[in-house]
Amino acid sequence: MLRSPGFTPHPMHIPDGFLSVLVSIAFWVVAAVLVGIALRKTNQVLGERQVPLMGVLAAAIFAGQMLNFSVTGGTSGHLLGAALATILLGPWPAVLVMTSVVSVQALLFQDGGILALGANLFNMAIVGVFVAYAVRTLLIGVLRKRSWGVFASGFLASWTSIFVASLACALQLALSGTSPANVAVPAMAGIHALIGVGEGLITVGALALVYAARKDLLTVGEAQPAGNTGVLIGGIALSLLLVLGSPLASSHPDGLEWVAEQKGFLEAARGVLYNIIPDYVMPGISDPRLATIVAGILGATVVFGLAYGIARAERRSAAQTGARG
Amino acid sequence: MHELYVSGDSGIHQLDARVKVIFTVAFVVFLNLTPSRAWPAYILFLTAIVSVALIARLGAGLLLRRALIALPFALAAVPLIFTGPAPRVPLHMPGGLTIATSPEGLVRCASIVAKSWISVEAAVVLAATTRVPDLLVALQRLRVPKLLVAVVGLMVRYLFVIVDEVNGMLRARASRSATLTGSRHPGGSVFWRARVTGGMAGSLFLRSLERSDRVYAAMVSRGYNGELPDRQPAALPRKDLALLALGLALLALLWMLGLLTGG
Amino acid sequence: MSVAQGEKVALVGANGAGKSTLIGHLNGVLRGSGTVRIDGLEMDKANLGRIRALVGVVFQDPDDQLFSPTVFEDVAFGPTYQGHDKPTIRRKAHQALEAVHMGDYAGRNPYHLSSGEKKRIAIATVLSMDPRILVLDEPTAGLDPRSRRELIELLLELPQTMVIATHDLALVERLTSRTVVLGGGEVAAEGSTPAILEDEDLLARHGLR
Repeated sequence: MLRSPGFTPHPMHIPDGFLSVLVSIAFWVVAAVLVGIALRKTNQVLGERQVPLMGVLAAAIFAGQMLNFSVTGGTSGHLLGAALATILLGPWPAVLVMTSVVSVQALLFQDGGILALGANLFNMAIVGVFVAYAVRTLLIGVLRKRSWGVFASGFLASWTSIFVASLACALQLALSGTSPANVAVPAMAGIHALIGVGEGLITVGALALVYAARKDLLTVGEAQPAGNTGVLIGGIALSLLLVLGSPLASSHPDGLEWVAEQKGFLEAARGVLYNIIPDYVMPGISDPRLATIVAGILGATVVFGLAYGIARAERRSAAQTGARG
Repeated sequence: MHELYVSGDSGIHQLDARVKVIFTVAFVVFLNLTPSRAWPAYILFLTAIVSVALIARLGAGLLLRRALIALPFALAAVPLIFTGPAPRVPLHMPGGLTIATSPEGLVRCASIVAKSWISVEAAVVLAATTRVPDLLVALQRLRVPKLLVAVVGLMVRYLFVIVDEVNGMLRARASRSATLTGSRHPGGSVFWRARVTGGMAGSLFLRSLERSDRVYAAMVSRGYNGELPDRQPAALPRKDLALLALGLALLALLWMLGLLTGG
Repeated sequence: MSVAQGEKVALVGANGAGKSTLIGHLNGVLRGSGTVRIDGLEMDKANLGRIRALVGVVFQDPDDQLFSPTVFEDVAFGPTYQGHDKPTIRRKAHQALEAVHMGDYAGRNPYHLSSGEKKRIAIATVLSMDPRILVLDEPTAGLDPRSRRELIELLLELPQTMVIATHDLALVERLTSRTVVLGGGEVAAEGSTPAILEDEDLLARHGLR
């Protein structure tokens, strides 16, 4: 009943707990700035149509993530939609659509964390869109004469966007000290190299249908609109950075400084605390086992007490209504 | 598919949504700032959120079921057990295999999973006790750009309508996906199946594009001109403010306990 | 064609005859050559706001019309854009909901309503703007017989001038005094409702029988 539509949780939605606070906040800042730009840019182009168009299409991408096809042995391919949205709407509207999708998944369906939302937005709404846009724009330039150019570029744009976004995800986990880079990078990259094929195939199928019904929506070979040069450069830069940076990170799994920084902060805070509260003032806290037992008893007491109180209050009000009725 | 909101009239339900949003974010931040191995602090964080859920009369089933969503991701932290910091302890497997494991890595992995689980519970309580329209108003008052809030509001409105469309498509496909016994290519090739699915995605996109035109027309007919009304940043009731301050103080206290007991 | 004050006019014609296009022109969602006058106002950019307040359009699919997360917000949408103060918006919204007998539905999510209920709310969303003219596109499409009957009764209660595009000839007979037949984007016939409904040939030619 209470499921997010695309229940097979997409392995790219990072839940809370897996990213350090520092990494989370850094990506929140980056995501907020870029989403702000996307809001302004789409508003310039779409004006008063922005809200209904972006809102309904975000709902469509969200629902479209439920579409799947069986591959083999219970596994299935499905759609993330960043590349499809980019190809059909252009990069900035796609950023906005994916932002809405990923945010609603986190806020209403707990698919991806709240603190981790910045990082998830960065991976799916920004890297996913920028990389798809860069790959498609470059390929369409090369393949403009070929009739299958739309589809080949669509497939590669989808595959690359998934693949590169998964590298970003793996590096965030490595930066947080959650998953060593030499494990996280190959694992995420390997899984998403396959997931990306499913994404690419569905995107091509979707493009084929749109191409047959509304060719005007696929402006093949058209000169890239001026306002999107930044996205093109950003997409190329992100792709290069992540594709070249990941093997480097995997070969130096301990070289990621951010973990240490948060640790340093915590150590400093702890030092301050120990100065304020010498540990003999609170016996028990110095012994972690005893502290755990005390916390457990305290927690259980609070919860049971509360449950008992509520049950009593409810029984009393039920008895009252019973007496009255 | 339903909204997660569980209707009720508890104090938690009636609390200003801004208080709930700020508390939830602070909860997740403090919890994630707590070092690993701080089991007493984790227990008390969990106690805090379970208490809120109890007061809101949310069923235990809901909390447990929803929390499963983060579980598959736990795999990401499992390698820590083998790659965590020294010292390593050899683990003897049947068949003479020995694997070096790091007890410190195991503790870190378990801490991550515990923190993740408790964080999801906090998000569940927020979503289950706050109506979506209230949540949107709260976000706008908390300075989320009103354009984004308007887009998300419209999206949520059409989510269920379009999810129904997708379910209709999936049912229509399933009802035609009969397999002949003895057929050598049951279900066609993977590529063909993917293309069919893509076709569904494409037609969903076109239908939604047309729907957005109709919605736009309906909005414009009633005077919409792209300007969005500002929400007055109504002041929080003093009672709610006091409650929020108390909640944040409690979270800070739990975090300090975590610092003292964690490793 | 023209519609007089207080008149209820039916707009009939086969699929693709131009009913929806004509409706789009009545409050300036669509623009084209030719002129549309509402209450003596020429349809142009300057008058658009006033015309949209005068003409309430109820679209065919209520899901398109109900785009807010709650019924109340949707009914309050028009008055909010008209710039009324909060108490007035609240009053107008509640009056409109009462007028369609849906006063208890203010806090509900439109998604969870039945088609008949959605249709009523959709009518309330334009009634809250105090329109003089109601334009309805296929008001009875997809309704079960009882919801349909109740809707027709509701429309009989409402005093506004109405233009109703429909295939539902029983509705036309019950509700309207004059009928305009559209075909191929033009007015094919026009007359009193009984006269038009008796002309079997005409109806057959336009796919209505």
